[in-house]
Amino acid sequence: MHEMAIAQSVLDIAKQEGYRHGLRRISMIRLQVGALAAVVPDSLKFCFEMLSRDTIAAGAVLQIESVPVVARCSACRELFEVENHVFLCPQCDEPALELVSGRELSLTSIEGETGDSNDADENPSGAQHSAGQ
Amino acid sequence: MTQMKIPVVRNILQANDRLADANRKVFDGAGIFAINLMSSPGAGKTSLLEKTIDALAGRIKMAVIEGDLQSDFDAERIQRKGVQAVQINTEGGCHLDGNMIQMALEALELRDVELLVIENVGNLVCPAEFNLGEHEKVMILSVTEGHDKPLKYPLMFQLCSALLINKIDLLPYTDCDIDVIRSSARQLNANQAIFEISCRTGDGLPEWLDWLEAKVRSSRGK
Repeated sequence: MHEMAIAQSVLDIAKQEGYRHGLRRISMIRLQVGALAAVVPDSLKFCFEMLSRDTIAAGAVLQIESVPVVARCSACRELFEVENHVFLCPQCDEPALELVSGRELSLTSIEGETGDSNDADENPSGAQHSAGQ
Repeated sequence: MTQMKIPVVRNILQANDRLADANRKVFDGAGIFAINLMSSPGAGKTSLLEKTIDALAGRIKMAVIEGDLQSDFDAERIQRKGVQAVQINTEGGCHLDGNMIQMALEALELRDVELLVIENVGNLVCPAEFNLGEHEKVMILSVTEGHDKPLKYPLMFQLCSALLINKIDLLPYTDCDIDVIRSSARQLNANQAIFEISCRTGDGLPEWLDWLEAKVRSSRGK
């Protein structure tokens, strides 16, 4: 259950960035998670939901994008996608020199509302534009 | 009220990675070669450590950090061998992290230590994600766990530079096929050193000790 530690980290980063950009509520957090990362998305979402209660990220949607495992061949130096955990080049049968992607655990963006609630009387979005159409 | 999208692009584990980097600097500054020893519970981490301590006694000065959910039985086992050992209890936490190692290092006298073994919490999943600052990750798989484990826990096998297949004295009593372990481990990490050992009989331990000693010497030669 290291998802709890990862969820805490996601929350810390999201809150930090949210405050820095003057968000009063965070509604969406986008993550990239490599296919090789030992992370269970449902478990991560569950932990996040528990930890984010009573914070500006409460109720935020975690959108998790999976990143395929890609490696570079130690012989031909070409990139190949690792399927079924075979880290051998499909062309040369030589081992992977390096992992190019697949271990990502990154937060790529957050979305939310800025300003205070007194701004709520702004024009509904699109109202001004539709007048000119 | 305005909706706003903020691009961030930050590594979620960066806090841990920073601590791991700091630990690594401590190791390098003190001339210590550090390994992160991982396996499932009961695969033989502490037994391997005891055997390794006995064999390297008088040749390489060791220290041990013991990670466990509860209890300090393992640190006591190591201390009985006359080696410095500090126990970390994770109180249910499934892995060690960079911060825990940083704190444990404060309790160790690092002078003259050449090899630090960090025995992680018994678990084939979570410890793989958390760097501790170690130079090499090493794992044990015991034959009683079955030959399907490499493909069930690919990240762990992919990251470890050495795999010790332990309890080979029990092979006749299991359906474990070592060739299957070897071929799937090779598929995940063709550069991995594989040792077939029995901590009980001592079989295969000399090859492991040679590998370890060479690593310690070459790291200190730098």
